[in-house]
Amino acid sequence: MTNVAHAVIEARGVRKRFGRAWGLRGIDLTVESGEIVGLLGPNGSGKSTLLRLLSTAARPSAGELRLFGRAPEREAAVIRQRIGVLAHASGLYGELTARENLRFAAMMYGLPPAQPALDVRLAEAGLAHAADARVRTYSQGMLQRLALIRATLHDPDLVLLDEPYTALDASGLTLVDRALADLRSAGKTAVVATHLVERSLRHCDRALVLSAGRVVYDGPAAAVPASVFPSAMEGVA
Amino acid sequence: MIRAELRRAWALVWKDLLIERRAKAAFNAMAFFAGMVLLTFGFALGPDAPGFATGEGTLLQYLSPGLLWVAILFTGQLAADRSFQLELERGGLDALRVYPGDRKALYFGKLLANLAVLLLMEMLLLPFAAILYSLDLWGCLPALAGIAVLTTLALAATGTFYAALTANLRARQVLLPLLLFPVLIPVVLAAVKATALVLRGDPMNELASWVKLLASADVLFLAVSALTFEYVVEE
Repeated sequence: MTNVAHAVIEARGVRKRFGRAWGLRGIDLTVESGEIVGLLGPNGSGKSTLLRLLSTAARPSAGELRLFGRAPEREAAVIRQRIGVLAHASGLYGELTARENLRFAAMMYGLPPAQPALDVRLAEAGLAHAADARVRTYSQGMLQRLALIRATLHDPDLVLLDEPYTALDASGLTLVDRALADLRSAGKTAVVATHLVERSLRHCDRALVLSAGRVVYDGPAAAVPASVFPSAMEGVA
Repeated sequence: MIRAELRRAWALVWKDLLIERRAKAAFNAMAFFAGMVLLTFGFALGPDAPGFATGEGTLLQYLSPGLLWVAILFTGQLAADRSFQLELERGGLDALRVYPGDRKALYFGKLLANLAVLLLMEMLLLPFAAILYSLDLWGCLPALAGIAVLTTLALAATGTFYAALTANLRARQVLLPLLLFPVLIPVVLAAVKATALVLRGDPMNELASWVKLLASADVLFLAVSALTFEYVVEE
């Protein structure tokens, strides 16, 4: 456990059980501040489960997990202030407008629900024209853009992105690329679970490949061996 | 710190009531359901059947406190279930779980929104019951309002708690009333007795003891629910 004082994520033997099945079978992981980690693996490998544990939405069944040096089971309230999450489901409310959804998130994060700041974020995401439309009228891509704004609204130190490229058009893909580049330049830490391996690994320092709930590769993003994840690694230079 | 939690609770109240106002169908359905329960009792018991005991008034007037609170109990369960249903639609419950702050803010935010919806429902239901059962409520409105607030607080406090507990279960629509109604029996009993005493007079000065029971239930349910909500809302 090196550089413990600065480790954002420390997991030792973390397991997660769903009934009789194990979603994670012992994850050991240390992520330092400023690292961008690509989380790869086939469907059912445990990527989303690991992100849920890191987001404090769920608790490990066994093992030790620390975020920013704190134990989530005791200090989750403090940890959550420093985490931004883009989950598989958007968590947005269909009967509220985009602006109202962001206003609600701002209030929950203890931020002033200042209209101009929210408007700037909506414009950056290309949603200014639909800011007052109810979110139930949004396409999947628009939902994803709005959820991405919400995940980073409070300037979190750790950003967890579960399939951020899902359902996005070309400009949406660029938006996620830009968000990842911004996180990197701001020295933030991010964990990005994705199937778009080639695209996401461009932004990552490190890759973590899961298979059947276990880490099968943990190393530089540029050197992921095709053998650990053959189907997804096709086409990666 | 407390101010931040109050702001979070208020954010939830604002959000839930705004959604409720926009998706009028849910409130309308609940109000219609409560009205139908009262109406069905009216047909089943007959409008002119004589009341027992004193021989004064009709059977419907005699039973009206019980019928009214049964209708509100059923509607309260629907309202509590609905308040967590809307969180499940796009993974909202998970999003709520990862917001910072104390879980008590989530509980009190949801509770206050449910309380507001139920009290609004009762404001429509009371005059409807008065017309349907020929009740003279005008003279005892302040006392009835007090009983309604105390009883509805207990309904909302337990309803919010158990709705969160069953939110992720497949059989939640069956389990929620199974868990909720037994706990609320003392509350409904006290509410019915207190309402009957207000409507028919209180020669033995019993009203205060029933009101104290309602207030005690409020304190107990609020304290237990707020302290254990954290464990209920965790996955």
